[in-house]
Amino acid sequence: MQRAWKNFLGEALILVALTAPCLAEDGAGRVPVPHPPKGQGDHCVADTAFMRRYHMMMLVDHRKDAVHQGVRTPQYSLAGCVSCHAVKGEDGQPVSFASEKHFCRSCHSYAAVKIDCFECHASRPETPAKAADSSAPPGDADAERLAAFLRETNLRESKP
Amino acid sequence: MSCHCGQEKNQGKEPDPARRSFLRSAGAFAATLLAPGVTLYAFGGGEAQARAPGEPVSANVRWGLMIDLNKCPPGCNACVTACNEENGLKTSGRPEIDAQWIRKVTLKDPRTDIVRSAPVMCQHCEKPPCVDVCPTGASFKRADGIVLVDKHICIGCRYCMMACPYKARSFVHETHDDQKTGAPRGKGTVEGCNLCVDRIDAGRQPACVDACAKEGGAMIFGDLNDPASEISKALRKQPTARLRADLALNPAVQYANLK
Repeated sequence: MQRAWKNFLGEALILVALTAPCLAEDGAGRVPVPHPPKGQGDHCVADTAFMRRYHMMMLVDHRKDAVHQGVRTPQYSLAGCVSCHAVKGEDGQPVSFASEKHFCRSCHSYAAVKIDCFECHASRPETPAKAADSSAPPGDADAERLAAFLRETNLRESKP
Repeated sequence: MSCHCGQEKNQGKEPDPARRSFLRSAGAFAATLLAPGVTLYAFGGGEAQARAPGEPVSANVRWGLMIDLNKCPPGCNACVTACNEENGLKTSGRPEIDAQWIRKVTLKDPRTDIVRSAPVMCQHCEKPPCVDVCPTGASFKRADGIVLVDKHICIGCRYCMMACPYKARSFVHETHDDQKTGAPRGKGTVEGCNLCVDRIDAGRQPACVDACAKEGGAMIFGDLNDPASEISKALRKQPTARLRADLALNPAVQYANLK
């Protein structure tokens, strides 16, 4: 009987140990999970999970096209990200990367990943009202480019 | 690989409008048999055409400037002001380190006392020395002839500044946090006139040309490869000079009435 009690106690401890982080993340506030502010429009240029994982590769891909080929489609440009995801400060103006409220910074500070985009690029939109047209569904050309990008990244990941 | 056979053939004589329009409508397709089994195909007749948003730049176009110094008074600084405004170039309080993408240079002939004032910027050479010396490939010439810096891969070594005979490049010495969206610039990289490449990609003219049009109208911007463009017509009307023509760099910026 005593042995069965001990087993039960052990199992209960393991159960608590496994569920504790989930509980803490849900409501206790012990883990400071970033909550980046929502951007303008209905949706981003790709779904959230994809953007979280691949946004940096999309930016690098677009930068090559923009600088060397002159292809400046607003869909995947950094200016588009900055414009749609502008966060207003207390003065009603979009905040710069110097502010902790900045969309990019809200996650990058948490992940301790330093980015140097904004050493050169503007971190605030010039005209807040003129947002990139991300609310419109991607056109055929954009869908094709995204599909090509996905194929390329899948190939890259499958390589050892 | 592209072939410019058709383009070269048309050089030196006035194109026949009827033939040109036929070529345009037919898509100007040419094929050359070099050897058995090796064929070169060329599309397009070398004319400037509006680029679709997703279309890459083409070597059929070569952007250039013609500056008529008779219409450029020594006191006018409109192009410089417009460039600084467009690209967010502000003084740091130390003029010796401020970036200059375009400057007014005053020339005086000591024998005749004739004074000329010329705006000098990156001359967008066909054979740019800055590209030759760049160790990382950051300094490059775009297919449409614009010479610019890819600041993502610029390491700030400043070889290009040494190589440029026009002193057209500047180094960014200090950090900035108020850049313009269309003109990213940051400490530790080299920069220079890029003919307002973001405006060109949007189908607009460089800021200096727009500003000049409101003043003397000395600058004409356009496609040097298109014989029907305004700049090509103007270049055929009067002789022009290139700065340091002895270096044979074939700059895209040409000056009328320099002497």
